[in-house]
Amino acid sequence: MSRNQRKSLSGELVRSAIQHSFIKLNPRVMFRNPIMFVVEVGMIITFLLCIWPNAFGGESSRAFNIVTTIILFLTVLFANFAEALAEGRGKAQADSLKQTKKDVAARKLQSDGTVKNVPATDLRKGDIVIVDAGEMIPGDGEVISGLASVDESAITGESAPVIKEAGGDFSSVTGGTRVVSDSIKIRITTDPGESFLDRMISLVEGAKRQKTPNEIALNTVLISLTLIFLLVVVTLPVLSKYVHVSLEVPILIALLVCLIPTTIGGLLSAIGIAGMDRVTQFNVLAMSGKAVEAAGDINTIILDKTGTITFGNRMASDFVPVNGVSIADLAGWAALSSMADETPEGRSVLEYMKKQNLVYNAELAQGSQFIEFKAETRMSGTDLRDGRQVRKGAVDSVKKWVLANGGNVPSDLGSKSDEIARVGGTPLAVAVDNQIYGLIYLKDTVKPGMRERFEQLRAMGIKTIMCTGDNPLTAATIAKEAGVDDFIAESKPEDKIAVIRREQAEGKLVAMTGDGTNDAPALAQADVGLAMNTGTIAAKEAANMVDLDSNPTKIIEVVSIGKQLLMTRGALTTFSIANDIAKYFAIIPAMFMVAIPQMEALNIMRLGSPTSAILSALVFNAIIIPLLIPLAMKGVAYKPMSSSALLRRNLFVYGLGGVIVPFIGIKLIDLIVNLWV
Amino acid sequence: MFVSLTIVSVAITLLIALALAKPTGNYLANVFDYESRRGGARFFAPIEKLLLGIGGVEARDQSWKQYAKALVLANTLMILLVYLVFRFQGALPLNPNHIESMEPTLAFNTAISFMTNTNLQHYSGESGLSILSQSIGIVFMMFVAPASAFVAAIAFMRGLAGKSLGNYFVDLVRSIVRVLLPISLVCAFFFIAQGVPQTMDATHTVTTLEGAQQSIAVGPVGSFLSIKELGNNGGGFFGVNSAHPFENPTALSNALQMILMLLLPISLPFTYGRIVGNAKQGRVLFVAMAMLFLVGLGITWGMENAGNPVINAMGVQHDAGSMEGKDVRFGTALSAFYATVTTASETGAVNTMHDSLTPLGGLMALSNMLLNTVFGGVGAGILNVLLYAMVAVFLSGLMVGRTPEFLGKKLEPREMKLIAATLLIHPFLILGATAIAFATHYGFDAISNPGFHGITQALYEYTSSAANNGSGFEGLGDNTPFWNLSTGIVMYLGRYLSIILLLAVAGSLASKRHVPETVGTFRTDNALFAGVWVGTVLIVGALTFFPALVLGPIAEFLTLG
Repeated sequence: MSRNQRKSLSGELVRSAIQHSFIKLNPRVMFRNPIMFVVEVGMIITFLLCIWPNAFGGESSRAFNIVTTIILFLTVLFANFAEALAEGRGKAQADSLKQTKKDVAARKLQSDGTVKNVPATDLRKGDIVIVDAGEMIPGDGEVISGLASVDESAITGESAPVIKEAGGDFSSVTGGTRVVSDSIKIRITTDPGESFLDRMISLVEGAKRQKTPNEIALNTVLISLTLIFLLVVVTLPVLSKYVHVSLEVPILIALLVCLIPTTIGGLLSAIGIAGMDRVTQFNVLAMSGKAVEAAGDINTIILDKTGTITFGNRMASDFVPVNGVSIADLAGWAALSSMADETPEGRSVLEYMKKQNLVYNAELAQGSQFIEFKAETRMSGTDLRDGRQVRKGAVDSVKKWVLANGGNVPSDLGSKSDEIARVGGTPLAVAVDNQIYGLIYLKDTVKPGMRERFEQLRAMGIKTIMCTGDNPLTAATIAKEAGVDDFIAESKPEDKIAVIRREQAEGKLVAMTGDGTNDAPALAQADVGLAMNTGTIAAKEAANMVDLDSNPTKIIEVVSIGKQLLMTRGALTTFSIANDIAKYFAIIPAMFMVAIPQMEALNIMRLGSPTSAILSALVFNAIIIPLLIPLAMKGVAYKPMSSSALLRRNLFVYGLGGVIVPFIGIKLIDLIVNLWV
Repeated sequence: MFVSLTIVSVAITLLIALALAKPTGNYLANVFDYESRRGGARFFAPIEKLLLGIGGVEARDQSWKQYAKALVLANTLMILLVYLVFRFQGALPLNPNHIESMEPTLAFNTAISFMTNTNLQHYSGESGLSILSQSIGIVFMMFVAPASAFVAAIAFMRGLAGKSLGNYFVDLVRSIVRVLLPISLVCAFFFIAQGVPQTMDATHTVTTLEGAQQSIAVGPVGSFLSIKELGNNGGGFFGVNSAHPFENPTALSNALQMILMLLLPISLPFTYGRIVGNAKQGRVLFVAMAMLFLVGLGITWGMENAGNPVINAMGVQHDAGSMEGKDVRFGTALSAFYATVTTASETGAVNTMHDSLTPLGGLMALSNMLLNTVFGGVGAGILNVLLYAMVAVFLSGLMVGRTPEFLGKKLEPREMKLIAATLLIHPFLILGATAIAFATHYGFDAISNPGFHGITQALYEYTSSAANNGSGFEGLGDNTPFWNLSTGIVMYLGRYLSIILLLAVAGSLASKRHVPETVGTFRTDNALFAGVWVGTVLIVGALTFFPALVLGPIAEFLTLG
């Protein structure tokens, strides 16, 4: 599943898809797609007419019947190919996952304390296994003792190992991943066949793919249209007989195949599979296609502040001098205290200075000694060569330290540090020996680009709610900075469920991300719950999507993919139906022209001959399917914008395009066909 | 000079109708708002209470199934009753002209025809029905039939608005007491003042100047006429319908007839806007339909005015356009106008012979009925319009990347199955029945014109039946058991199947949670949607019939001359 394993349209994939498109010709398989089934039945009839051209008493030439049969055959094949190709990409991923699963041995801890080697497939829920460095974890479970770094690249594609330890939110391990260092004891939590890896394989394979509600609804409408056109074609010869025009069976079949929505009918399941696949390629595992579609309908997204909207690390964002000290002085000492400080806070001080073009005297630092942060002192800093001691740390600790050094506390220190705390920041005091120079304002920083993302979401009509344990003032500050629509401060896990329920009661669909066990109920309540792969098993089971990269902001992309999936389906449906106009104008005059020469007036494309007109329409109808496969796979281009703008754009491209393109296409094909006919 | 005056008169008629549409629409919304004290409640409520009391009706909200059951059963019962009246009218009172009882298949056809608001007439009014039949059978049904579709549409709109569907009997009584009766009453007096007879007398027999005996049929025409037009019924008191001088004596009566035909169909979009709480929703559909209407009117008029190319080629003076089958009082313009209004509103009254329209003029009349969405008949039209609105939302709504929603209600498999089934009804009835007529000698024998025009005749007859229009292309020898039974079945199914299915959709939507509107929502109240709706109607609705139309009127047009 890693990104580099991912195959694009490689030769092997195409070969396998071609093979499967023949296997799918089996009428029992075809029947599941009624539209293409009609085409297949039409093909069988024209095929019989190749053998016995006069079976229905008609006069169509054998050559025409043969050509028609071939085109119909290709039409069905192209549709099968689209589906097989979409399925194939999932299968390729599943195969590589299956490799991972093969022949893993487990060291099971017996009740008497001895260790026994058993195959991984024999493990049951509750069994305890020991896994050492270099060994494969035999099944999903929870670390009950020990700490180890685990390489999860087989599942996530992320090569950097992650730390797993007993207790807390990093205790869950997945079967098929490898322990890189140390040793852990694991309690197995799933029975064979139900593990995460198993579910993942069956998902990407599409083996248990169920049609989504939306797909069912669309299919119903398409079948209805097919029935209507079937009726049109069946009744037509009865009417035409009255005016002494006899219509040949293969020509009627050609008309039928052109009119029924074969383009969308042939691509419908490929669009669904490819949509799921796009989610998977994004390293998000959706438990059902329904969840992906629901993502497109989301009205509200609930996001955790820390780690999702902000980095979660406090970063230096201002220097606040006290007692009339200049900013440059304060900055200089702040930098010296952080010279060798590798904590995020420490590094952020130097980064902030660089950003603000502040400089410090680097010479002073030469030969200095770094004093690490200790829980007792709650300070860190540098002892300079000249004996001066530079410290930064919690305001109280620094105050105490300065007083102990015989200094005094500046009168405005208290008010300034309170001010920083009030708006949600963390003040760090900076002191040298017995003098306090001022404060570093540490702030939780909004990730770059979040504001724009939220603006895009707003343009899509999606409301964002931020959840944070911070006090209301801090929350308000961050919310304003990030540009979220609403926030919940001092939130407890129950609050999330309450918000989700409230929004759902208003008829809205809600998405959220989470990783902890206490997120599980909210993840289950949400319409789209995205769990982090690093999260607990409870969270992953409750969610309907798992992000293998554990990047909570991905929920936004998932929404986009859901929308794109629905849009692709709508665009190709519109295109397919709009095509009918041109096809009518190709076939109808051709059908009647011999008997009623005046029908030439309807031949607005000036197609060469009746035969070439019918064949051209059929050929266009067939080749439009493979031509649209890339679009079905990739999805239509999507940029967040208002629905009216989106609709106008898509109507222009796929609606108007669907009317015009076939006129041009059929005319061009006719010009080529006429070289032979 | 003549043409420009006609344009002015057509324009004035349309403007009067336009001016009435919105206030009438709002009035209708009040009438059917159970909570509202407006809409004439103070005056009418006691009458309604009395009527409902006599009927023993409890004014309880019904589920969609109860509503549909009440509607279909009550209608079917009335068909049965009226069938018996027709069958035994010879022996029943109020039969001064001693008209004989009706033949069974004709009675079957006629009873269904009037109960389904179609008013296809395979008999000739003045010689086929006694005064009892005219009054009890025909006029009674002319009130109840439009009222039934009318209230079905109101129930559907309530469902879209997420409200309970209401009670069929309460709605039925309200629609008659507060809408159909008062308007009919006022207009009847107007028609009588214009010279329309209103009498219970038998046919007058007079001696003409030449000394010949002439029978002049009269009857309660005035009361008949107003509900015939207002209820989009269309059945003529006289066989030649509104081309008869007693049924359409003056230019004013002609104009009022058209205004009455249009009144309810063009008001209902506004009622819809009010009921769903967004006036723009209704206005958009109104404008879209008005465009289709004007295009149809323009083409019909242009074609009739241009006349027949064959006659033009013969060098015959032909300035007045194609006057075959037209009344000289109306000329091509008012005939084309009437033909457009009567087919768009699915009324079926005629003041000209539709069989004699030019091929493309006839094509437009036929298309209005095939689409059945250019306003359409009272109730049934707006139901069909909303059906296509939902199809449009479903097909292109996906393009905004959301599950399609209509008025805040998600369109999901259950609704789409019902909608897909409803879409099938019209083409199956029309094309299926037409094909059967051509495949059997029963149908075949009745068609009077060989060639393309014959196809149009049969197609028109079944389209008129399925769309519950009732105008005949005529020229078809249609009073035979085959045509009586087949059009009877087509009328019945064309009427009730779609009402039942759409009430089911309404029931399903009413129970759904309302999805709040955001900028991401597919809007159905702007010009863009009007375009999408027209496109859907033309591509999904009209293309179905393209091959048949090519073989009928289009081939006739192309081969002319």
